[in-house]
Amino acid sequence: MAEELPKPEELIQIQHHSPKTDWISTPTNIRKGMYCYASNPKSVEYVGLPNAREWNPMEEDWKLPENWQEIIHQGFKERLERFRSFKVFMDICVRCGACADKCHYFIGTGDPKNMPVLRAELLRSVYRNDFTRAGRILGKLNGARPMSLDVLKEWWYYLFQCSECRRCSVFCPYGIDTAEITIMGRELLNLIGLNIDWIATPVANCYRTGNHLGIQPHAFIDMLDFFVDDIEEVTGVRVEPQFNKKGADILFITPSGDVFADPGTYTCMGYMMLFHYLQEKYGFDITWSTYASEGGNFGFFTSHETMKRLNSKMYAEAKRLGVKWILGGECGHMWRVINQYMDTMNGPADFLEEPVSPITGTKFENAKSTKMVHITEFTADLIKHGKLDLDPSRNDHLKVTYHDSCNTSRGMGIFDEPRYVIQNVCNHFYEMPANTIRENTFCCGSGAGLNAGEDMELRLTGGLPRANAVKYVHEKHGVNMLACICAIDRAALPPLMDYWVPEVNVTGVHELVANALNLAGQNDRTIDLRHEDLPGIEGESEEEADE
Amino acid sequence: MGKGLKRLIEDKKNQIIKTWFDASVQTYAPDTAEFLKGQKDPFANPVGNTTINGLTFLLDQLLKDFDRKTLATYLDPIIRIRAVQNFTPSQATEFIISLKQVLRNTLKKELQEIQLAHELSAFESKIDQLCLLAFDIYMECREKIYEIGANETRNRIFRAFERAGLVADTAVYQPKVEKTRT
Repeated sequence: MAEELPKPEELIQIQHHSPKTDWISTPTNIRKGMYCYASNPKSVEYVGLPNAREWNPMEEDWKLPENWQEIIHQGFKERLERFRSFKVFMDICVRCGACADKCHYFIGTGDPKNMPVLRAELLRSVYRNDFTRAGRILGKLNGARPMSLDVLKEWWYYLFQCSECRRCSVFCPYGIDTAEITIMGRELLNLIGLNIDWIATPVANCYRTGNHLGIQPHAFIDMLDFFVDDIEEVTGVRVEPQFNKKGADILFITPSGDVFADPGTYTCMGYMMLFHYLQEKYGFDITWSTYASEGGNFGFFTSHETMKRLNSKMYAEAKRLGVKWILGGECGHMWRVINQYMDTMNGPADFLEEPVSPITGTKFENAKSTKMVHITEFTADLIKHGKLDLDPSRNDHLKVTYHDSCNTSRGMGIFDEPRYVIQNVCNHFYEMPANTIRENTFCCGSGAGLNAGEDMELRLTGGLPRANAVKYVHEKHGVNMLACICAIDRAALPPLMDYWVPEVNVTGVHELVANALNLAGQNDRTIDLRHEDLPGIEGESEEEADE
Repeated sequence: MGKGLKRLIEDKKNQIIKTWFDASVQTYAPDTAEFLKGQKDPFANPVGNTTINGLTFLLDQLLKDFDRKTLATYLDPIIRIRAVQNFTPSQATEFIISLKQVLRNTLKKELQEIQLAHELSAFESKIDQLCLLAFDIYMECREKIYEIGANETRNRIFRAFERAGLVADTAVYQPKVEKTRT
């Protein structure tokens, strides 16, 4: 902040209005707190991406290859030919403005270049110049401009201020998916080595070791063993997860954030308790893998090829273990990749069986081709068939609301299953306002690889519309718990709440399930998975418990 | 404050609030200002709605006694937003001082009376105090942002040490992050 403080003589010249220049003439000012650090060259090199070197966005020289303009132009051309949607999205926007005020980053930052239409114009302006006759002849009159270093820097700054959440696409009368434009833009930037480290290093780790943090198989087991002890302390029951079991019925894959980052760890314990319950009662046979130990796919934020490589290891592991199908945990973009891209990328997964719940016999027809079922669908089905012994009163101290994660809601249409599960394991559930949930949900502000520490202002402004709706239900209904089904959400929402609505905590849905789930041989269950006393269960009179 | 100025402000309250709000949103880019003024849904436009609600209350409250605590309740949400946006500290708080200009312009004729000029001077001192209060809140917010970042980093490093088996007793050493509104 210190270097941004104006001098006294500047202070007396109060300017009441922002400069009235159009967007194309407004220079980009790269501001601390709004961008993520450049990628570590070792990570870039490891996955064979181009131009690995140390560079700093705040320095003048970004150490680009000499022919970078040619690389971008050629890359643009190839993608226009390869992806028809990209070509159509470049051509058909009429700049009606329907998307303009729908982006959480625009609403929160107030920066017009975060209007989805303008973010897309960053690319379109160069497209018009390089690939259309009208643009070449009319130039700026046609909204065209040649690629330059300033334009490139503007691309980089604003394409990494988009979480690819697709809220804008819901409102576009032409169905333009601006997230796809960001995806293409980032792919082009990767051709000349302009990625961020919060994406590049998880990608390298995931490719090499199997998960974002680079946790090796033995450490992965250590962590789950630690949860086994914790669960025993809380419930008195010792669960026994299976690892890398060949011939198991089902393979379970979840984001590694659930294994290594609070409060996701409590959700992870939730899965373990649920699987134990099902194993004891119904002989459920599920295995964890220490090799496919990551559901998240940061390749999605890098390039189609990188996404494909990271996605393939999940299916390779399913093949190696010889399971029937895959059950997936509470993750965001893992599901978008599975639902939107996997089938034509690595699929169809013909070597697996069409998923059928071994307990209820329900066929998950929506997963016919990908062979991967979302855990909230699986659990909702169990509850619907009365297969779980639940005591929702253990969640009575919680007033819960539900944040639809962008990827599972807009990316695959999961709206009701998580709500159904929550309402069966909690007695107090309150919805946020209609224009902030389901397909209209507001992003957490940290998706698509933007969940770093150094871009905190971007995250807090981007998350403002979500936090604002949480604040509303907190003030109106006393909501104190925000549930979600995404590991990025579980990492991003706690700091967001801490700044905007500090009275609200964050949980995964299966943490709530596990706290309500009765296990055979359990103790009095006086504490929850966070080791916090459950009000009214111990040492309090019945009267107090009623309150 | 004498009743003369108070009554005058109350009579023209709507106009004053509107002009003050307009001046406040002019600190954003022109397209953004239009959006902040035009979109009335509080969930589609949290910045505009928080600002207009806050300004309305602040003016009401300034006409009463200067109660720091109550004023802070309504000033906090506006400053909390501006503290994370692309503003310098002075830009983030400048909108409060702009109320002076708004009053002088709106009540131009009436303020020619000498008695009212004295009252205006007293009222403007209150605006100055409000601006100082805004600086306090602004700094609290900035400190909070750094605290959140520091906590994230600390927890990440702590967990890494823990996984590496370098932490002997988690029950004793695990840092508990306090969640407090500063």
